[in-house]
Amino acid sequence: MAGRKSKTATAGKPQRKSSSGAKTASAKTKAASAARKAKPASKTSSVKKAPVRKTAAKKTAAKKAGVKKPAAKKPVVKKAVSKKTVGKITAVKKTRGGKLDVHAELERLAAYIDAAKREIADIRPDVKEDLLPTATDQLDAVVEAAADATNAIMDSCEVVESVMGDVSAEVSNTLMGATTKIYEACSFQDITGQRIGKVVTALKTIEKRIDTLVETLEADEADSRKKPVKKPVAKSAQTDEKKEITDEDLLEGPQLGDKAKSQAEIDDLLASFD
Amino acid sequence: MAVDMNMNVLIVDDYKTMLRIIRNLLRQLGFENVDEATDGTEALAKLKESGGNFGLVISDWNMEPMTGIELLRHVRADDKLKHIPFIMVTAESKSENVIAAKEAGVSNYIVKPFNADTLKSKMVSVLGDF
Repeated sequence: MAGRKSKTATAGKPQRKSSSGAKTASAKTKAASAARKAKPASKTSSVKKAPVRKTAAKKTAAKKAGVKKPAAKKPVVKKAVSKKTVGKITAVKKTRGGKLDVHAELERLAAYIDAAKREIADIRPDVKEDLLPTATDQLDAVVEAAADATNAIMDSCEVVESVMGDVSAEVSNTLMGATTKIYEACSFQDITGQRIGKVVTALKTIEKRIDTLVETLEADEADSRKKPVKKPVAKSAQTDEKKEITDEDLLEGPQLGDKAKSQAEIDDLLASFD
Repeated sequence: MAVDMNMNVLIVDDYKTMLRIIRNLLRQLGFENVDEATDGTEALAKLKESGGNFGLVISDWNMEPMTGIELLRHVRADDKLKHIPFIMVTAESKSENVIAAKEAGVSNYIVKPFNADTLKSKMVSVLGDF
């Protein structure tokens, strides 16, 4: 155990008391103590031995030249550095030097992208194999159930209509008005179906985009060391040309809230053509 | 000129429930001769097969493979069919849709959900009073 400490101490604090090359017991103890503060003793420690003889020779030469002994330098310690530590170091470097440590920044960026890729890759199986199909099936079931209910309601309405001739004109008219209202109300199923269709389309679009994103990231990773990065086309260049409205642009289905035009607004618009 | 209540009316929608609703509303309005199609292609085939013997087309917009607007353009481009009044009944309520339909020659435009009064008033504006 003493040997270990001594070895670490020599490595950790070599310069301070070794100018003559002969260490006293006291110097060894002090050095060992300082080393323990700097780094716990460990056989597997990656502490790098400092060049003892070279440093000692330099100091001896300086002493002879009358140069005042500089303050003892802290030991140079190299160890595995965590990403968090890299971040801290970079921040310190930025603050002190005012310059960006490009390498450290790139490392952080690469680590961030790696983590993002892993997360995206992790969610893909859940989304593709479970969440989206389940959501789509449930929504299909909603549409089917609504259609069944609507048809059952209309079956009953048609029965009522079929006996209207058997009752007085007044009652018949009342029944007619009621069934008309029921038919009108039944049109909710068409609107509901279209809205749910839009949701299903949106879910499928999300699925496709996740697939595309993951595939792109995987392809980029494979190509990144071989091919130069393609410059993306400027957004302004893509949108400069006026977009022509196609038939597909006109297939949006029911609008929501404020975006939905009323029949009166449609009528006004139609009238403006006359 | 009085409206021929025995005329053939073609209703086009990919939702069978909606076809049934419109058919029932038309019956309540007094129109019994109602035929159905579930998209533009089927509707166009029925119109051509009849030689244009329909007094009115009431069509949805959003259908596959042929949409309502495409059906309208085919109808207006066909000498035997172009005289048939065409009412679009759709959930597509954007101005662009109304303008596109008007430019294609639509006779009137009903936005879903609609009621029986709206259907009747648009039919009256296209066919005359009944």
